[in-house]
Amino acid sequence: MIMEPILQLKNLSISFDTANGEVEAVRDVNLSLQKGEILAIVGESGCGKTVLGQSVLKLLPKNSRIKEGQIIVDGEDITNYKEKKMRNLRGPALSMVFQDPMTTLNPTIPIGKQITESILKHNKVSREEAKKIAIEMLHLVGIDDPVYRISLQPHFFSGGMRQRCVLAIALASNPKILFADEPTTSLDVTVQAKILDLLLDIRDKTGISIVFISHDLGVVARIADRVAVMYAGKVVEIGTAEEVFYDPCHPYTWGLLSALPSNTTEGENLRSIQGMPPVMMDPPPGDAFAVRNEYALKIDYEEMPPMFQISPTHFTATWLLDERAPKVEVPLSLKRSISI
Amino acid sequence: MNSDSILEVRHLKQYFHVNKHLTIKAIDDVSFQIDKGEIFGLVGETGSGKSTTARTIMGIYPPADGEVYFKGQLISDKKIYHKNKKEIQRKMQFIFQDSAAALNPRMTVEKIIAEPLIINHIINEKEELKKKIDSLLVEVGLDTSYKSKYPSELSGGQRQRVAIARSIGMSPDLIIGDEPIASLDISIQAQIVTLFQKLQKKHGFTFLFIAHDLSIIRFISDKVGVMLKGKMMEMAPAKELFENPLHPYTKALLSAVPVPDPIYERNKKILTYDEESIQADGQMVEVTPGHFVYK
Repeated sequence: MIMEPILQLKNLSISFDTANGEVEAVRDVNLSLQKGEILAIVGESGCGKTVLGQSVLKLLPKNSRIKEGQIIVDGEDITNYKEKKMRNLRGPALSMVFQDPMTTLNPTIPIGKQITESILKHNKVSREEAKKIAIEMLHLVGIDDPVYRISLQPHFFSGGMRQRCVLAIALASNPKILFADEPTTSLDVTVQAKILDLLLDIRDKTGISIVFISHDLGVVARIADRVAVMYAGKVVEIGTAEEVFYDPCHPYTWGLLSALPSNTTEGENLRSIQGMPPVMMDPPPGDAFAVRNEYALKIDYEEMPPMFQISPTHFTATWLLDERAPKVEVPLSLKRSISI
Repeated sequence: MNSDSILEVRHLKQYFHVNKHLTIKAIDDVSFQIDKGEIFGLVGETGSGKSTTARTIMGIYPPADGEVYFKGQLISDKKIYHKNKKEIQRKMQFIFQDSAAALNPRMTVEKIIAEPLIINHIINEKEELKKKIDSLLVEVGLDTSYKSKYPSELSGGQRQRVAIARSIGMSPDLIIGDEPIASLDISIQAQIVTLFQKLQKKHGFTFLFIAHDLSIIRFISDKVGVMLKGKMMEMAPAKELFENPLHPYTKALLSAVPVPDPIYERNKKILTYDEESIQADGQMVEVTPGHFVYK
């Protein structure tokens, strides 16, 4: 049985109008998210991954606009929803966790109150009951002794615990989809590992769907069921975690994976991707990655590659997969580290 | 003392007095030594004291106790430091994490790189200065058209290259990099790390590289020190430390590093270490030659 996806983005394009012209932040993105699935969106800064996440919650600044496409949440087309309607969706349907917990939390208000705020807003419960739910939430995210800690302000907590509190707030209204935008980037590795395990645990317990936005491929490998790689506002490769990590097909994914020190053997130099991501003010007509791509074909500079299907779940946008293109093998160095 | 040693830190302590009742022991008896031409990686989590160590070495604040030797001179001594201040400041260069804050936003790239060269009277002649700036820019992989740009016009990676060019211009003996690549993208990180390696080979400077990213440390360092709560937990040649970690904290830290391999990651068990179990009066013990563990 094919289940209706909980979130669908269809041909989504988002632009920002700036004094210097139009910036095309997201270009023609198609994504879908199943119930209980964790989809990771990876890419470098400026590739549009955060804009994509915020566009679903309509958290983008005023100078942005949805140029084209549709956002469908649980069968409902929310593309043209105004602020008033969005408020009812944020919480019960959609929730978000940001990178820096200290800017998310209000430093002067006790944690408990910040959690009950969203519960009281969306549910018809008494204060007492809301407090009970808040304690449950804190327990769920692994904070010991929540009955006592509920009355403490954020500065009593460590970075990892603050992020747990933010998660508790995000989960308190029982959302269907959680957007996590680099939720572990500001944390230490040991704390990061705990938060990732917590997210997996919560997914197993509640069946929530998670869109996990990150630039760290190691983190993504631990948490994601499916991975979408973004470059210059476009999804260039998407597939299950195994497909993207063990059988990457786009040269940009090759570049990202081989730039990692853990994929470099001793005595070798790190392989970097030459050049820099393009400015999205005036994107090139062809494949935006062509100028940095050592395998670029002539057509890459002229025409945007379509999505080629590799398996029922694995798609990638590169002309290398066209039948007329010369055969290009995965770089040898990367092959070696994949096969280990 | 070893004659090859560029930097030696002995029993360094740094305390911050918050108020009458609370004193934070940011560095608590740390000793290590870096030989000429070596890249020493210092890792630790937030608040472990790695940045404070770098800042104390640099002389931003005087140490509470202990000694810092730079090229055989006791620079933690105020008198000796002030006598040789110019020389020390020139030969010991710093690269910070936030390149935007490290570069003056009102100066062009050319002026930024020229400033220390002029102040230190390394180059007094205009034409020569121009040539030097051009060659420094080329060395860090920027072309000379960047000279007239302001820091705000550059990307993070480019700004870090300018900061590196400014440091290299002093022909330093020691460069201290405090998380110099932490705020850059993966593909740019690789570019900057490769640049560091290339420059290090060419100029032979010694490098104290501070980071929280273990995979980068493993890649770039000759020797690695692991810090926790102001103490050095383990110190060994990089290969030895990563292949044969002995301290439970190092083991926990290594197990937490995410690896880009989904099947491996999903089945990985992450070790934990109870930070309360550190002994207060432990010492570094040499277990095998060059491999020290806090016990």
